Amino acid sequence: MISQFFVLSQRGDNIVFRDYRGEVQKGSAEIFFRKVKFWKEDGQEEAPPVFNVDGVNYFHVKVVGLLFVATTRVNVSPSLVLELLQRIAHVIKDYLGILNEDSLRKNFVLVYELLDEVIDFGYVQITSTEMLKSYVFNEPIVIDAARLQSLGPASIFMQGGKRMPGTAVTKSVVATEPGGRMREEIFVDIIEKISITFSSSGYILTSEIDGTIQMKSYLSGNPEIRVALNDDLGIGKDGRPTYDYRSSSGSGAVILDDCNFHESVRLDSFDSEKTLSLVPPDGEFTVMNYRMTQEFKPPFRINTLIEEAGALKAEVIIKVRAEFSSSITANTIMVLMPLPKYTSRASFELEPGAVGQTMDFKEANKRLEWGLKKIVGGSEHTLRAKLTFSQESHGNITKESGPVSMTFTIPMYNASRLQVKYLQIAKKSGTYNPYRWVRYVTQANSYVARI
Amino acid sequence: MAPPAQSQRSPSPSQPSGKGEVSDLKSQLRQLAGSRAPGIDDSKRELFKKVISYMTVGIDVSSLFGEMVMCSATSDIVLKKMCYLYVGNYAKVNPDLALLTINFLQRDCKDEDPMIRGLALRSLCSLRVANLVEYLVGPLGSGLKDNNNYVRTVAVMGVLKLYHISASTCVDADFPAMLKHSMLNDSDAQVVANCLSALQEIWSSEASSSEEASREREALLSKPVVYYFLNRIKEFSEWAQCLVLELVGKYVPSETSEIFDIMNLLEDRLQHANGAVVLATIKVFLQLTLSMTDVHQQVYERIKAPLLTLVSSGSPEQSYAVLSHLHLLVMRAPFIFSSDYKHFYCQYNEPSYVKKLKLEMLTAVANESNTYEIVTELCEYAANVDIPIARESIRAVGKIALQQYDVNAIVDRLLQFLEMEKDYVTAEALVLVKDLLRKYPQWSQDCIAVVGNISSKNIQEPKAKAALIWMLGEYSQDMHDAPYILESLIENWEDEYSAEVRLHLLTAVMKCFFKRPPETQKALGAALAAGLADFHQDVHDRALFYYRLLQYNVSVAQRVVDPPKQAVSVFADTQSSEIKDRIFDEFNSLSVVYQKPSYMFTDKEHRGPFEFSDELGHLSIGAESTASSQMLSELAISSVTGHASQSSLAIDDLLGLGLPVAPAPAPSPPLLKLNSKAVLDPGTFQQKWRQLPISLSQEYSVSPRGVAALTAPQALLRHMQGHSIHCIASGGQSPNYKFFFFAQKAEESSTFLVECIINTSSAKAQIKIKADDQSASEAFSTLFQSALSEFGLP
Repeated sequence: MISQFFVLSQRGDNIVFRDYRGEVQKGSAEIFFRKVKFWKEDGQEEAPPVFNVDGVNYFHVKVVGLLFVATTRVNVSPSLVLELLQRIAHVIKDYLGILNEDSLRKNFVLVYELLDEVIDFGYVQITSTEMLKSYVFNEPIVIDAARLQSLGPASIFMQGGKRMPGTAVTKSVVATEPGGRMREEIFVDIIEKISITFSSSGYILTSEIDGTIQMKSYLSGNPEIRVALNDDLGIGKDGRPTYDYRSSSGSGAVILDDCNFHESVRLDSFDSEKTLSLVPPDGEFTVMNYRMTQEFKPPFRINTLIEEAGALKAEVIIKVRAEFSSSITANTIMVLMPLPKYTSRASFELEPGAVGQTMDFKEANKRLEWGLKKIVGGSEHTLRAKLTFSQESHGNITKESGPVSMTFTIPMYNASRLQVKYLQIAKKSGTYNPYRWVRYVTQANSYVARI
Repeated sequence: MAPPAQSQRSPSPSQPSGKGEVSDLKSQLRQLAGSRAPGIDDSKRELFKKVISYMTVGIDVSSLFGEMVMCSATSDIVLKKMCYLYVGNYAKVNPDLALLTINFLQRDCKDEDPMIRGLALRSLCSLRVANLVEYLVGPLGSGLKDNNNYVRTVAVMGVLKLYHISASTCVDADFPAMLKHSMLNDSDAQVVANCLSALQEIWSSEASSSEEASREREALLSKPVVYYFLNRIKEFSEWAQCLVLELVGKYVPSETSEIFDIMNLLEDRLQHANGAVVLATIKVFLQLTLSMTDVHQQVYERIKAPLLTLVSSGSPEQSYAVLSHLHLLVMRAPFIFSSDYKHFYCQYNEPSYVKKLKLEMLTAVANESNTYEIVTELCEYAANVDIPIARESIRAVGKIALQQYDVNAIVDRLLQFLEMEKDYVTAEALVLVKDLLRKYPQWSQDCIAVVGNISSKNIQEPKAKAALIWMLGEYSQDMHDAPYILESLIENWEDEYSAEVRLHLLTAVMKCFFKRPPETQKALGAALAAGLADFHQDVHDRALFYYRLLQYNVSVAQRVVDPPKQAVSVFADTQSSEIKDRIFDEFNSLSVVYQKPSYMFTDKEHRGPFEFSDELGHLSIGAESTASSQMLSELAISSVTGHASQSSLAIDDLLGLGLPVAPAPAPSPPLLKLNSKAVLDPGTFQQKWRQLPISLSQEYSVSPRGVAALTAPQALLRHMQGHSIHCIASGGQSPNYKFFFFAQKAEESSTFLVECIINTSSAKAQIKIKADDQSASEAFSTLFQSALSEFGLP
């Protein structure tokens, strides 16, 4: 049970404020914002998502730079409130198409209308976009999508390729298209985030894939959908002992450690045919989350070398090799490396013919930043940096720099090899053939190489 | 006054210019109020939007109340909704004007459209104006019986709102009974869920004054009700499922087979994508199996994978909430998670609040087989750019070392930290080396060699400086230049801002003096002189104490200040096991995130509906062994205070104050026979205590002899045990002692539970008895009283 809900901008302005129970003082938004902003004087730690000030519990989640906040005086389940805040953000996004400060301000009356139905006297009522439709009457004012960031993991399709219909993820589920009828289409996105740590000698210390299958349906009449996954898919205990990092990947089977499913998913034929069936509700939702620690081939290998070159100089060489097929291209790659505190300058040298690369030495946090627009599968890129130090290093330069970390996005690639084999839409008419988009993308979560 | 042109306005509602705008709006609203022109609704919408946007940013637009109400005569539902929102916000501060809205809201409550009926009813109940409650009863009554489920869900919450405005009106109209009926019969799951929420709130707050409400509240946990909810669980929304699961978690099944039935039914809830549902299910599993050790362990194994999946899916905030719970479980049963340690490795991009939890978990799960890898990983973090985490990591390494696994290798690592020459790393490592030496004095040679190389000038942090000084004092015979380092530190006495460091310096120089008198004498004199002149009270006092001690007898001084030390075997834990149990009891709540039981951060009136009486949490509940060790540690203190109360009692008697001299006449011998070997585990006790109503509550006098004998809780425990009344928890200090006892009938397994508070200064005992067989509680009370009255008799 919550007492208030509000949304604050990055500057701390109230965009939406709803008091459901009148148990918490009106100035709570200000108290909250000050607390979050000055959590620790040195600014090194950010405020946890839940904290208590004078008997009032504040919960918040950050979504596209906005703070979604709930307050209560009661000892509630923190998961419930945080899930709820995230869900509210999702519902609003379903309605507005794009969620950001501008769209919220333009549509705040609609948002109030939603909030009235989502929560009554602090208790959650309806959070399904589908069901809310019959109680919400304001039409969304759609804002210009082109220059704006969108919410959720699917937003990465925006930046990526031309083959992605970019407008889809920013389309409101209620607003009608300019052409009149809505286009019949359904999006299934397999999004994977890779966490990996390489030891200084290049061994994989830990690795994990956190995947999610997102669905967004614009199908009329809510037909049933069947999603078929790999035949050889195994889960947890029946596959093998649950946590064995050393198990061989030779078998070829995709073995997940564990997974969970959306409320609407029926698993009748999951064990036998690896098929999920569901009637997708309107709006964007997660069909399935999964987690895999089975060994997989990492998409990138990183090699770093540091060589001392005299008392006040050193050279850093970073090599990045893309170990995936040449038909696939990774984009927006960034390689980061903390350098010793006494580094005063860095000059860079790229391989001949390099294009679309940026190098920078960030003086403030003593960090080397190497950005690459694209890396084609199979290729290798090298950066040489000459460092100048302001004082002689006492110890080991290697110990005082690194680890090297990397972020990237690889469209149409997934490291786990989990696949959607087919997507069946049950509808009688033979001519009915809606657009089906099955998209894969892999991102770095924590991609780290120690040196 | 003509309204200014639209375009001149600032487009951002975040910077409105204030009063002028509000009066503009007022006149514009007036113009529109009477108009029936086509398209008027659109212009009204624009104006209403403006009003509401001002309201949002905190500008007081309550002065528009009249105009808003005048404009609200419309059939446009969007307009209506905005108007309702406005009215709900300002009715409380404008109770007179709120009366204006009653009319149209009541009319709307009878509208043909269920949507309008529901909206109007919700707004009507949200006015929060006490003198309008009479208008609510009628519409609520018909709303509860409406044939549309939307209206009914709204009406149920309306009843709860009414209860908060005027509890008596709500109860007098018999609404709770109507809600109960709906809860058990309505076809719509959301109506049922709302009834449950509302009734839990209403009955919990009524329970303190009404026996009936208390019974009703207990009845929510009865088998038929719980089974009714369980059977319908799939109909509920995920949020309502959490509510139901919370209720089920408090249900105490009478048979083991029930436990398995419930767990099998809920098994698939562990695969839900909503973390709140999963955690609520886990709570049910953990609570149900509390007294079945094997199954309880299996539950831990079963819930591992779903928890880890939730931690890695979802937003950082959501995973933090889940991780906090995982943290709690890991702390409770580290051995179960010891093979999963890699999941607790930190990722560089995680927020520090997540990293901190993970470091604690890594520390907890370290054992013989994984220590090497964990410590290696932690050492990586020590070189991290994130300084607070680097510090925490070093502390974690130290804690693992103190857990006694593979100390050898760890000491080497710690000594390497000292050589890293980063000031914060050195500082943390020094503190750890000091703690290690207190536990493993055998390492002193290796450590001293390294510590001796550290220049005290490079150490700034008080804690680290104090640690270094402690080592200089303690090991001065092995550290060649210890007296000279101390001397130079004493020379800078004035610049040393930390009193803690100065205190340590005094003690260290004393210790050094006993071992190497000729070299230290001068430094000691300087230190004592500086200490005596110190403005800090403690430093001054300690210097004076040392000075006089030395004056009196040097060898006595040595025995006091530098006695031979025994290695510390266990460092005091920061949190008692009762508190930890209490937090575990409150699984899936904020207590877990804050790592504090709820009574520490919640005001009384906001505690949950079924929260366990908080006093019990303060006391030592636990297996007998832990309870007794707990008591031993308290014994020293309580026996001192006990003597104090005894002696003050004697004086009281001398003064002839009105204490009863003769013991209360012993009651007639009881008929009830108790089982002298009764057993009850603390978990069951807690559950029973929570469930049973109080069947008897009395106050007895305690004889002065009894009071005198109560120097420590133990004495009474032994005495009562002689009467087949067993203690499960006790605590407190003179003059207030608190006990929880239990007893069982000799022939059947019918249990009595007693809470007994004895105040030794007033010589009164207050007891509350709960019993499986309530009819026997009178007899038991007599027996208890007679046992108590014999306490202290020779």
